Amino acid sequence: MTGGALALEALISLLVLAGAFFTLAGSIGLARFPYFFLRLHGPTKATTLGVGSLLIASALHFSSHGEQIRFQEVLIMLFLFITAPVSAHLMAKAALHVRVASRPALPCKRLDGPGWTDGEDGAPLQT
Amino acid sequence: MIANAVMIAFVAVAAAVLLDLYRITRGPELPDRILGLDTLAYNAIALLMLAGMHFDRDSYFAAALVIGMLGFVSTVALSSYLLRGEVIE
Repeated sequence: MTGGALALEALISLLVLAGAFFTLAGSIGLARFPYFFLRLHGPTKATTLGVGSLLIASALHFSSHGEQIRFQEVLIMLFLFITAPVSAHLMAKAALHVRVASRPALPCKRLDGPGWTDGEDGAPLQT
Repeated sequence: MIANAVMIAFVAVAAAVLLDLYRITRGPELPDRILGLDTLAYNAIALLMLAGMHFDRDSYFAAALVIGMLGFVSTVALSSYLLRGEVIE
């Protein structure tokens, strides 16, 4: 095996592992974060990046031992990168509309000292 | 080298799918379930790409493209149903 082929194989393996790591991180964020508006962060950023790098790895893999360069995966990646913010925006709008119950209160200034409070620890709030 | 990486990635993405299913079944509100379904479509695309590299077939991208489009359209439809009360006005 020549050095160039080995380097390409290492690059594809690295992209596959990075894609799997970011996909798993996005889903862990989806399952573990406490509120909906925090949960929106994991899938819309980490999972998009992970699936994008998996698609690039697949395109490189099939370009390396095919006779022509693949661009279909790049097309799918472009579609996902365009539509992910749109769907996230619509989901956030729908969640604001149905007034999701698991939402933290807005932060307020403390009356009894410096700093901020989230209004849930019984501290007096500025009205 | 690629085969080992693809097997590790299969395990990781399968764990991600299980976490999505946990959020879909548990998810306290409806937007959580919509978000879980959207993420499930993304993870299905990742699994299809890994299957294409594992079985060395170059025809899996069509299914990935269809799943991506259907996932986006279903997310938009469910969100606009929550927003307006109807899908097509």
